[in-house]
Amino acid sequence: MPSLGADMDEGTLVEWLTTVGAEVARGEVVAVVETAKSTIEVECFESGTVTELLVEPGTTVPVGTPLAVISPTAPVRPPPARGPVPAGDATATPLVRHQAAEEGVELAALHGSGRGGRITRSDVSRAAHPAPSRHPAPSRVHASPLARRLAESLGVDLSAVRGSGRHGAVKADDVRAAAGSRTGPDQAATVKEASVAAGARRAPKAAASDTGTSAAAAAAASASASTSTSDRAAIARLMSRAKREIPHYYLSTTIDLAAALEWMRRQNSTRPVGERLVPAALLLKAVASAAREVPELNGHWTDGRFVAAAGVRLGTAVSVRGGGLVAPALADADRMPLTDVMATLKDLVSRARHGRLRASETADPTLTVTNLGDQGVESVFGVIYPPQVAMVGLGRVTERPVAVAGMIALHPTVTATLSADHRASDGATGARFLTTLDRLLQHPEDL
Amino acid sequence: MNARRSASGGSTASTTYREALRDGLREALRTDDRVFLMGEDVGRYGGCFGVSLGLLEEFGPDRIRDTPLSESAFVGAGIGAALGGLRPVVEIMTVNFSLLALDQILNNAATLLHMSGGQLSVPIVIRMTTGAGRQLAAQHSHSLEGWYAHIPGIRVLTPATMDDARHMLAAALDDPDPVVMFEHGSLYNEEGVLDGTVDSVDLDSAAVRRLGTDVSVITYGGSLPKALAAAETLAADGIGAEVVDLRSLRPLDDATVLASVARTHRAVIVDEAWRSGSISAEVAARIAERSFYELDAPVQRVCSQEVPIPYARQLEEAALPQPASIVAAVRQAVA
Amino acid sequence: MNREEALETIRAVIEEAVPGADLSAVPSDENFRERLEMDSLDFLAFVEALSGRTGLALPEQDYPALATLDGCADYVAGHTGGAQSEPA
Repeated sequence: MPSLGADMDEGTLVEWLTTVGAEVARGEVVAVVETAKSTIEVECFESGTVTELLVEPGTTVPVGTPLAVISPTAPVRPPPARGPVPAGDATATPLVRHQAAEEGVELAALHGSGRGGRITRSDVSRAAHPAPSRHPAPSRVHASPLARRLAESLGVDLSAVRGSGRHGAVKADDVRAAAGSRTGPDQAATVKEASVAAGARRAPKAAASDTGTSAAAAAAASASASTSTSDRAAIARLMSRAKREIPHYYLSTTIDLAAALEWMRRQNSTRPVGERLVPAALLLKAVASAAREVPELNGHWTDGRFVAAAGVRLGTAVSVRGGGLVAPALADADRMPLTDVMATLKDLVSRARHGRLRASETADPTLTVTNLGDQGVESVFGVIYPPQVAMVGLGRVTERPVAVAGMIALHPTVTATLSADHRASDGATGARFLTTLDRLLQHPEDL
Repeated sequence: MNARRSASGGSTASTTYREALRDGLREALRTDDRVFLMGEDVGRYGGCFGVSLGLLEEFGPDRIRDTPLSESAFVGAGIGAALGGLRPVVEIMTVNFSLLALDQILNNAATLLHMSGGQLSVPIVIRMTTGAGRQLAAQHSHSLEGWYAHIPGIRVLTPATMDDARHMLAAALDDPDPVVMFEHGSLYNEEGVLDGTVDSVDLDSAAVRRLGTDVSVITYGGSLPKALAAAETLAADGIGAEVVDLRSLRPLDDATVLASVARTHRAVIVDEAWRSGSISAEVAARIAERSFYELDAPVQRVCSQEVPIPYARQLEEAALPQPASIVAAVRQAVA
Repeated sequence: MNREEALETIRAVIEEAVPGADLSAVPSDENFRERLEMDSLDFLAFVEALSGRTGLALPEQDYPALATLDGCADYVAGHTGGAQSEPA
């Protein structure tokens, strides 16, 4: 189970997109995983042949748990170099024959694993004492002493608790969670159904709100409620960490968008409908370009120092219908033509909402943009996602009176804000960023 | 509490571990005529690690005495002086060389009170350098304080902070029994601030140097700064590591250790000595004996590789506990 | 395309652009974009799909006319030669 975000602890395998025996290439999408935040396509790390799928769909496992075994594609085996062995004629040494007789094993029925198909002593032993299945049911629950003590005092059956510790060990928190969530004797089944429903949840928005009368809607509602609890927990952890560790400073400026939006209007009047631009594309492109010009804000705070990122990966907060937020990364928007930024944005947002993102698309953004514009607020001061060092906030595009050549005029404007990590940069750097953003938006034709 | 505060209060002063030790020696020499310092090169050379620099000029050759290169002889002489009513402070260059005096320490200093039916106290303080990290190779770099902690009849101290370096000597001299103090070589140049409100410390208690809720990192001596650095790194990931400084390896203040483990439910022990038969093994055993039902994860240990400490820098670094290996062990414990 | 056909097409297109949208709860004279919390990308997806189904160019300056279901139906019917329910 790959880590698909700094705050991810576990994920639910929703679906396998490969099978045992299939050849897979590095980068190929092989599975779909649901995290507390979203559903994501997992790309394969290695090329080879899938020899085993270790996790059943619907199972939630901690980050780091092996999901499947991929073996390097076996080279074609040369034929045995030794002399021919008559088919069906089992060869075995006298010692092996003796052992087979003692253990009551029929030699002719055995497949020899030794050189030239020879039957070995271990072949006989295996036949006489079939190995237990590869994953025997644990006969004894692995639980920490504290977990055992708590389970006893809380009356929790340890064998029914899913351990989150190493090697599946039950820890104290697992017992507390089991005691807290216990609602009836049927608890295990309920949890399983909920997670399956959560895994199947793909058609979001509205389904849960308004007229949730059908059974399906009710199921989706309960699934989304349970998901949103872990979602909240993940967000709570990350945001608490951000506010605990990052000394934020905040800057704000109002940018005149008259030139940018007029240019966009003219562009759109000549573009086919499928290639029309939205203001968000212009703004994101400008933010990415500003991040390239002010690299002190584009990167990560790691091991007590700022490490600038090589390229710009713009985290783009997308609200998911039915609640929740994902922030796929828009890679290299600073170097992409605006038309491509628009196309990428459409594709990312559409897949974030309707379908699936790929693991590589959610990996470590270098700077995040939050945009509550459609909710009608003027400005938003975001909380920085560790280990990033800045967050850009864009408000609603709104008409404001501005001074133009000594006269008051009504122009579309946007309030751009910057929350930045004072350990990594100073206010002057942040100011340079917002000024750069303003300048870039005054020359949309260069974007 | 391990520190007694002066009623008058005081100021804080920046110092080094070495200077703090020297100030402790100077105070002892000034306030008690019976106190004297002896050892190899403690006089004219100022001490192999510079701790006694300037004391010969200040107190004269009767009280700052250079000795022949015979640990057995001068430790034995120190024991005799203590029996005779003086308060000797004996410096041995490194713990490796103290083995030449182990017979005197174990068979005489530690046993005479017992064998004389309580008639003969041996109020000697033996100081020595321990530990690795300075490329002094395998005959000057080992951490054998755990061996001394095995011996009933003596106290074994491991000052790791400025305040302990400054004040432990006075408490050790006040104690009627032999006291062996281990000064980790990597600490001498450490800079820090003395708490001016502290004018004495005790020799019986461990100290919590950093509070945390997720794991107890139990250590002492030269590993304390590494444990604190690891705790800082872990804090950045939201893991709260409580750092316990044992201060005294005999007696071992297991009450403080166990109370910490009762709060965090996880323990990582950091000990620069070799793992097998070390003080880390003793601490782990006591946790298992007395706090088993508090544990939410197996006890982890971070110790030196079981090799003579190498000379080459990279190999030496690789052989010793480091902040990164402590961080890794903590992650295992909280996983 | 007459007005009924236009309305049917528009509903289908909205449901495609906004999966799970419950159009029955949106009065036909109300701004469905706000009601369904469609952002600029959703609305563009709607315009794109409507353009594809009707063959109309739907230039940006005509977006205001597409704010309500009634407005959309009138616009599409009017521009595809269908009858309007009332004079424009």
